[in-house]
Amino acid sequence: MSPIRTALTSALTSEVTGGIGTSPRRPDGNLKVRGEFAYASDLWHEDMVWGATLRSPHPHARIVSVDLTEAIRVPGVRAVLTHEDVPGLNRYGLERKDQPVLAEGVVRYQGEPVALVAADHPETARRAMRRVKVAYEVLEPVVDVETAAGAAPLHPGGNLLRHVPVRRGDQAATAAVVVTGRYEVGMQDQAFLGPESGLAVPAEDGGVDLYVATQWLHVDREQVARALGMPEDKVRLTLSGVGGAFGGREDLSMQVHACLLALRTGRPVKMVYNREESFYGHVHRHPAVLHYEHGADRTGKLSYVKAKIYLDGGAYASSTGAVVANAATLGIGPYEVDNVTVDAWGLYTNNPPCGAMRGFGAVQAAFAYESQMDRLAAELGLHPVELRLRNAMAEGSVMPTGQLVDSAAPVARLLELVRDKPLPPPSGALDLRDMPGGVANTTHGEGVVRGVGYAVGIKNICFSEGYDDYSTARVRLQVVNGEPVAQAHTAACEVGQGLVTVVQQIVRTELGVRRVAILPMDTTIGDGGSTSASRQTYVTGGAVKAACAAVRAELAAMAGTEDLSEVDLAELLGDRVVDRTAEYRHRRTEPIAPVTGQGNAHVQYGFAAHRAVVDVDTELGLVKVVRLDCAQDVGRALNPQAVVGQIQGGSAQGLGLAVMEEIRTSGGRVRNPSFTDYLIPTTLDMPPMGVDVLELADPNAPYGVRGVGEPPTISSTPAIVAAIRAATGLALTRVPVRPEHITGT
Amino acid sequence: MRVDVTVNGEARRADDVWEGESLLFLLRERLGLPGAKNACEQGECGSCTVYLDDVPVCACLVAAGQAHGREVRTVEGLAVGDELDPVQEAFVEAGAVQCGFCTPGLVVAAHDLLNRVAAPSDPEIREALAGNLCRCTGYEKILDAVRLAARRR
Repeated sequence: MSPIRTALTSALTSEVTGGIGTSPRRPDGNLKVRGEFAYASDLWHEDMVWGATLRSPHPHARIVSVDLTEAIRVPGVRAVLTHEDVPGLNRYGLERKDQPVLAEGVVRYQGEPVALVAADHPETARRAMRRVKVAYEVLEPVVDVETAAGAAPLHPGGNLLRHVPVRRGDQAATAAVVVTGRYEVGMQDQAFLGPESGLAVPAEDGGVDLYVATQWLHVDREQVARALGMPEDKVRLTLSGVGGAFGGREDLSMQVHACLLALRTGRPVKMVYNREESFYGHVHRHPAVLHYEHGADRTGKLSYVKAKIYLDGGAYASSTGAVVANAATLGIGPYEVDNVTVDAWGLYTNNPPCGAMRGFGAVQAAFAYESQMDRLAAELGLHPVELRLRNAMAEGSVMPTGQLVDSAAPVARLLELVRDKPLPPPSGALDLRDMPGGVANTTHGEGVVRGVGYAVGIKNICFSEGYDDYSTARVRLQVVNGEPVAQAHTAACEVGQGLVTVVQQIVRTELGVRRVAILPMDTTIGDGGSTSASRQTYVTGGAVKAACAAVRAELAAMAGTEDLSEVDLAELLGDRVVDRTAEYRHRRTEPIAPVTGQGNAHVQYGFAAHRAVVDVDTELGLVKVVRLDCAQDVGRALNPQAVVGQIQGGSAQGLGLAVMEEIRTSGGRVRNPSFTDYLIPTTLDMPPMGVDVLELADPNAPYGVRGVGEPPTISSTPAIVAAIRAATGLALTRVPVRPEHITGT
Repeated sequence: MRVDVTVNGEARRADDVWEGESLLFLLRERLGLPGAKNACEQGECGSCTVYLDDVPVCACLVAAGQAHGREVRTVEGLAVGDELDPVQEAFVEAGAVQCGFCTPGLVVAAHDLLNRVAAPSDPEIREALAGNLCRCTGYEKILDAVRLAARRR
């Protein structure tokens, strides 16, 4: 066995053809189906030891004392560390440096890391961890988001993390028809399958090499280096295989911990969370309480929307500020409304920390505004799609922030597409597997009613509010064995979505070469930005395209002609190497004005619509989603198969939030940190999906692309809940919908 | 303790195995076969599915000692040299692989299904794979892959 296994220590080379607009094989596909792709939890080093994390059992407590004596005595233990062993700043965070690497004096959530152990065997580390004696003085936890602002402050400056108001038009507008509602969204987990893991290897120069599954190498490095008290060039990160992310790897988990242990022991340190620890080891989707009021005239034209949105940030800020901004600026949905009053607040509590998850603030708002649209349609006696069509935004519409929607916004067409798809046949009770309750054999059709529901959503694509959101790519071209071969190098994290395939496709299209190698993603090149906000194909795709253009320019100079179509690249290059690096920035955005919420804060908007068909066993409250169809505009599908895969996968996560997924807390404690008790959809929960993909190019984006990953997660949830309402006549103001919400028991 | 086990047709031995270790740990950390995955380690996700004497099991639920004297076939043992098993090939072609962490378990589960049922119906595929969680794909393309592999086998 090689001394170190990593996913990409050798380049992924693909010989298949296929430029943009086609669906070539993933370059890592064969490795993955053979079980040979090295994920972060597969890393191995011949003299490595194992790290483990001692976590707080309390959501809120003062640490009175920590006694390591017994833990250090366990044979096989190499190191036991506390906050006193953090050489640099014992604070990190994406927006605020408010989260300790290891707790210092106080713990603010259940599962907060308190101490670290390194030992020869993972079980030895776990046993030693249990011998660390921590004396806690338990404090009253703050757990209610709506009253958290006035509760005892958990951080200097109080519990209000961010307030974003959006004001447009007449703040005193009235209407003939008014509907109000209070909605709740439960705490969803990303539930990526590959647990948090990595391997830290101490280096001869006193620094450390970290192989890790993450979404953003450079921001990890910045935070790790600051905590270690080292210059950034002493901390080198390489992406190892990532088993899904969905936002949950944007914050640090074991990164600093493994490096601290490696530097202390002088040995490579592997850390792998188990599933329970994973639930404590990453941020979740913000639970939310949302109050809405919609006013319309008797034709259904919206006169005004008012909303108050409370997002529970939990114990530390993570990316709560940006989530609040999304909920506020996208808070009325893809509709034209002249008069808007939205306030969104993010608050600290002693609940689990919340941050990025696919849909990022837009998911919570969409459940509320789409529920309101259905309520209004019912009040007016209109078909729910008809009401939406009468208010749908389009290219040229103006957002509540004053921002002009200056590229395609086919909201009406997406709704019509899902509305007009053929409906599945009525349930025949022919196969138990198609019934609510499935093979549990709870019904053969008695008590089962069908419902159909619709929803549409909006999401900002890329980073907003003036953030300098860029990516870097290096493309190198040379002749190998008589054939031109390109290498592409970025720090943009492949987390499963297929960025490596798209990068190869872009290089093939731009340079006309067949063989493209993807180099390991690491920090030896400039920042690739985060794999989040549906942004990598747009931004890193743009950087790769730009680097290819620079390579082409060099080739053109060598050839003495701009037209390279007739040029034999191998002959032209000979022994020469063309090597170009480029950065790509999308157009600049602006901050949000603090009092009015006005500003061109977003880069691009993405839209998707869903129609859901459900069967509900009204006696037991069980739901079977029979059919879930989606229509989405993607600007341009660089890889149609991957695009559909994103839409299906995103829709599945929305289904999970609609009917099963919630981290349930009690007094700040997590009650279900396992896949036994936190359920995600299986093959029997997901129905067949029809997907319509529109390609209405955005002239501002490379190749016209529009971010794909998040929009399908947004409208899936409200469409399914609308279908359950249509079947049952119940109000259903909370997701996930549980059986007792349907049976009323 | 010592564990002697045949893995993918090859006799393997591990010494100093702690009694609490799972077959999954033995494969991944002692025998250098990390193909079976560690997504939940409590039998809920199916990512560690391997054949134990031709029966698919969650390797995380089998004690390493229980595999002593028995035959294990992992995802690493399905391909013949460079040639993928038809199930593996279909997963790549159909776009059933995104992050791929569920893939080894699903490939073994689908391989087992097609050994038992040559042309499974959609409900049969769904039921057979219901013990394997995937978080990326929404399963549609996994079903496509199994249908494709069934046609080709």
